[in-house]
Amino acid sequence: MSPWGCRPSPTLCLCLSSRVVEIQSQMSERAVELLGLPEDRACLLLDVGCGSGLSGDYITEEGHYWIGMDISPAMLDVAVEREVEGDLLLADVGHGIPFRPGMFDGCISISAVQWLCNADKKSHSPPKRLYRFFSTLYTALLELITAQAMRAGFTGGMVVDYPNSAKAKKFFLCLFVGTSGTLPKGLGTECAAEELHQAKFTSERTRFRNMKGKSVKKSRDWILEKKERRRRQGKEVRPDTKYTGRKRRPHF
Amino acid sequence: MKLLTHNLLSSHVPGLRPGAASPCASSFPAHSALGHPSELPPEPIPNYEGDEEFLRRVHHVLLEVEVLEGSLQCPDSGRRFPISKGVPNMLLTEDEA
Repeated sequence: MSPWGCRPSPTLCLCLSSRVVEIQSQMSERAVELLGLPEDRACLLLDVGCGSGLSGDYITEEGHYWIGMDISPAMLDVAVEREVEGDLLLADVGHGIPFRPGMFDGCISISAVQWLCNADKKSHSPPKRLYRFFSTLYTALLELITAQAMRAGFTGGMVVDYPNSAKAKKFFLCLFVGTSGTLPKGLGTECAAEELHQAKFTSERTRFRNMKGKSVKKSRDWILEKKERRRRQGKEVRPDTKYTGRKRRPHF
Repeated sequence: MKLLTHNLLSSHVPGLRPGAASPCASSFPAHSALGHPSELPPEPIPNYEGDEEFLRRVHHVLLEVEVLEGSLQCPDSGRRFPISKGVPNMLLTEDEA
């Protein structure tokens, strides 16, 4: 069995926590939106890494049909228990997508593709697995008859929602088959006011440090950072005290 | 697992030609394996789009029949993929991958 096959139970617990559930369903909502499916007819979607079928629930709500693939039997058991609408498949997408060409109208994958970058076994080669995934996905989505099919790859790119927020920022890798459509706009690029569902975190105390990744030169923070860096290089550094970085006030 | 999904599948074992699973409209072999050979003709009948009775039966076989236990077999290699609790196990072993 694959090491993902028994994706550790902490992950399972995590995946059932209410916050993660909320984020997952929000992300699937957005992902389906990005697909730009026609509204007047039902579509068949592939959900790569469907897990317990949370993203599938949203697809069902939208009136579309889906087939889910996941590598974790534990998560699929949860999905079976929840009696999700879609059909489920236990498969490793790193081995390719076991579907015939042109079967799906679209594919979504919420927080799954990054697992392909892991090498859990000696025999795993992330680039190879990614290639296998994308090349077979390409054919599974593609209609062989269309002339565009001859185009040698996906078009698309990254859509970033809430690029200015550390917490709500989400990356969507949008790939199109053929020449359809321009890349959708990310959310919250012009106004960041929409992220009020979540608690706000301010980091007042480190605002200088975060401004450009570096502190203001000659400030106490900057000196402390520099000392820390020198310490890590194994150099002899005086200990930090309350006098470190303190200004020498002029005597009268 | 629904038979419709079975119809969409194709073997992903490397070295086999892609689309090695059964050809289009292959619900028929699968459904006869279920033991209802009388319900559907072996070939789609002409003008099946208008024949609601036929469409209903196809819909029943494709979307309402759930395979819970059993196995899928690749017609080319004979490789079997077991189905348990309605979920087919398509994981490949080390040397197949």
